[in-house]
Amino acid sequence: MDSYQEIIFKLKKYWSDRDCIIQEPYDLEVGAGTMCPETFLRVLGPQPYRVAYVQPSRRPADGRYGENPNRLYKHMQLQVILKPSPADVIDQYLGSLGAIGIDLRKHDIKFEEDNWEAPTLGAWGIGWQVMLDGLEITQFTYFQQCGGIDLDLVPAELTYGLERLAAFLQLKDSIYDVEWGGGATYRDVRFNDELQFSVYNFEMANVETLWKLFDLHEGEAARLLAEYRKLVKPLPDGRGSETATEPRPSGSADKLRFPLLPAYEHVLHCSHLFNTLDARGAISVTERVAVIARVRKIAVGVAQAWVDQQEPDAATRRHGDAASEPAEAVR
Amino acid sequence: MSLPFLLEIGTEEIPDWMIDGARQQLAELFDQLSMSKGIGAGTSKQERERAWVEATPRRIALYSEYVNERQADLHRTVSGPPRSAAKAAVEGFARRYGVSRDQLGTQVTAKGEYYCFAERVLGRATCDVLAESLPEVILNIQWPKAMYWTAKNGSRFIRPIRWIVALLGDEVIPFEIAGVMSGNVTSGHRILGAAQIPVTIANYKSELEKNFVILSANDRAKRIRRGVGAVQDEGLLQTLVYLTEYPTVISGSFDPEYLKLPAEVLVTVMRHHQKYFAVYENGQLANRFFAVTNTDGDPEGIIRQGNERVLRARFNDARFFWDTDQHKQLADRVADLAHVTFQAKLGTYLEKTARVEALARELEECPSALRAAHLSKADLTTEMVKEFTELQGVVGGLYAREQGEPEEVWQAIYDHYKPVSMEDSIPRNRAGQLVSIADKLDTVTSCFAIGLIPSGSKDPFALRRAAQGIVKILVEGKLRFGLKKLLTNNAQGPKLEEFFLDRIRYYFKDIRGFKYDEVNAVLASGWDDLVDVEERLVAIQAVRPTENFEPLAASFKRIQNILKQAQFTGNGGAIDPALLEPGPEVDLYTEFQDVRSRAANQPYRPALELIASLRPKVDLFFDKVLVNAPDAKIRQNRLTLLHTLLAEFSTIADFSEIVTNG
Repeated sequence: MDSYQEIIFKLKKYWSDRDCIIQEPYDLEVGAGTMCPETFLRVLGPQPYRVAYVQPSRRPADGRYGENPNRLYKHMQLQVILKPSPADVIDQYLGSLGAIGIDLRKHDIKFEEDNWEAPTLGAWGIGWQVMLDGLEITQFTYFQQCGGIDLDLVPAELTYGLERLAAFLQLKDSIYDVEWGGGATYRDVRFNDELQFSVYNFEMANVETLWKLFDLHEGEAARLLAEYRKLVKPLPDGRGSETATEPRPSGSADKLRFPLLPAYEHVLHCSHLFNTLDARGAISVTERVAVIARVRKIAVGVAQAWVDQQEPDAATRRHGDAASEPAEAVR
Repeated sequence: MSLPFLLEIGTEEIPDWMIDGARQQLAELFDQLSMSKGIGAGTSKQERERAWVEATPRRIALYSEYVNERQADLHRTVSGPPRSAAKAAVEGFARRYGVSRDQLGTQVTAKGEYYCFAERVLGRATCDVLAESLPEVILNIQWPKAMYWTAKNGSRFIRPIRWIVALLGDEVIPFEIAGVMSGNVTSGHRILGAAQIPVTIANYKSELEKNFVILSANDRAKRIRRGVGAVQDEGLLQTLVYLTEYPTVISGSFDPEYLKLPAEVLVTVMRHHQKYFAVYENGQLANRFFAVTNTDGDPEGIIRQGNERVLRARFNDARFFWDTDQHKQLADRVADLAHVTFQAKLGTYLEKTARVEALARELEECPSALRAAHLSKADLTTEMVKEFTELQGVVGGLYAREQGEPEEVWQAIYDHYKPVSMEDSIPRNRAGQLVSIADKLDTVTSCFAIGLIPSGSKDPFALRRAAQGIVKILVEGKLRFGLKKLLTNNAQGPKLEEFFLDRIRYYFKDIRGFKYDEVNAVLASGWDDLVDVEERLVAIQAVRPTENFEPLAASFKRIQNILKQAQFTGNGGAIDPALLEPGPEVDLYTEFQDVRSRAANQPYRPALELIASLRPKVDLFFDKVLVNAPDAKIRQNRLTLLHTLLAEFSTIADFSEIVTNG
């Protein structure tokens, strides 16, 4: 029987053998592997990309003080992005289950419709939840849009729920009984996280402080986006307007070094703060929709600026349209 | 010569609920193509029956036994210049069709004699026609939510197309969609079958079967029925038919300890979340279930154990939610509804609760209904409903029972979303009916007030279903509330009335099966009290086949026309008996007074029978008496007679709406 960590090693090896970059987890708090730049930004634009990584994913509202055997404040996802999606993508996926010892001839596997949508990211896709003997083990999504932008190449996203998969393979009724490796159980490694973050998120998080942090991060992201827009806006005297044909090399260089990735980190902080405030019951009905819209605005803004930044030539030709008005370019 | 044709679109897993519709569409699209291209040979009923469209989650296949090998040649006569035309014009016409002048024919028309040419357009090989047209046919299937899978602006379909089989007789019909070339190679069951299977039309089904694909949805359904025994849940069966290519039923069980949880919760977990068939023994839920796998069996019990473990985890969750939720009474949860949005512009569920309570009070002072209305939405704050949203209402009812609310109250909460469809029953007690009406009425009227009015297929708040539910409860619960009064005080009053009138018409016509003209006739005489509408309809339906009824209805229509032509609105006052002419006119008047006094206070049916008995006198009147009398006073009096007659007897139904033969 494989330990939790051995299952992870095997999956990483499997995807590494299939030309995926194996990334390490993103070092910020995120709600899902999708939100990491390795997915959110890399799926944009025409560049092919294949990557796999484990991402600890935080969902404050799902915390259960370590008491519920199937629910966690923070769970681990194995996130795989195959861009563009190969024609045999499902066979490749099924092969990965074989690699961790699941003999599919002895099991029942079904692909049941489950489309994915993340309003705060302006992202959605079409796909399935993959059911193994009645257990949902993977979300399989063909991305269609991200940051409000139609994707040039349609990537396949595979998101494995690692705790569930391990519990399934190890025949455990509780995630906490999963053998992690090195003689330790999942409980030994993670119980304190679950308990203390549940207490913090539900009982002790200071709402006022969290709001302040939210405002600060939002402000910093917005400031950076505004700075970036100055690089692509036509100059007031008409130079660099629609009719200009010569590229603006200095502008391109300025754009390439512009810190959009740090801007995106502030978006991620906002997203997590929103989730924490929500779990704390601090977001009123009327506020809720508005706060989602605020996060979305900066997330979409980064996505559109990013596309512009990755195509400097196109960007100088196109200044003043989508990249300059991110919030309005998206419905 | 005709040939058999087979098309198989091989895809990744299509959502189960879309597959039946896609089958129908493909059949229709191919029929249209056959007709427009003149390639369909099978026209007899027998031949049509040998065509089919079948589907599994991974393929939609169409077979037609008789397709012409070639399109028929087209013969047509092209008219040329007149016989008298200049030589050059005639030769020009002949040249256009590549013939000499003496190969032209002539034809005589009404305008004179003309040259003409009998042109023959050669039919093309069907294989070529299909190669050109099939991509469009396939991509024209409309899906509720299609996707790109190669790149933006690539082909769109419900899920990626991975292979295509297209055969006309022994030949492959060559075409390409999104980089996939058609061929003669299909694919078997994902796990149990071969990935690449060359097929012919003759061995297609048997090759699939060998590779663990049962192509026929009916055959898969039969296999599931055999495994489950008595299937009580046809909807679930249909879902599983389209989630599997090789369905095999396995049986599992769970700890009877879980049976202490309400059956509603257990069944919801099994049915909606795990797609298992619940098992009942002697009317009681048993600690067993059937799961339908997409496999050829589970000899080692591995799949059963896996499913049992998942179910155990789900049941544990449910028990955890139940226990947690009991820490706070429903009554104490009402205030928390301030944090649950009903609709952005319509505020929270706390505000909705207040509106529903007020409406319930307006309907009737029923203390149980008021208590139930107050608690009705509180379960939205429970862990159980957050997890199992489809159990809203039911959970509230169960918790209310647990917390000692009287039976009438907890049942009212339990039932207040009913009827969820036209097949569903209405709430079982009066309080539940009142709360259900108040809740639905609030939803409909508030949405209308802020302009959220259903149009076409757009009805995001399911207002039609809500209004339909109100109608059903009013009629079947025998609740005599003035419906119109409840619809006034709304910015969209007229639209709202029209909306309800449509629902009422639909209910009586499509659900209850009354004839449309009877429904129109009855509704034209008022629809404020729907119980009364039903009584009048039943009476009309019963009296309609009697000999006098339809002729009388025809006469009433005639009366209405006469009054309309005379622009007579009846403001002239009473009939003056002195002006009536002896004979048919006086007879009619006497009979009318007699019928009126006898019909008063009679139930609708005998009243209608009495009214119908007027027919001979009405007929005689129209035979012998000229309404349009030269003397204005007499004319006025006659019109008054007719008008009074019409007005008097139109309170049950407007008979002129009845469609008669003649």
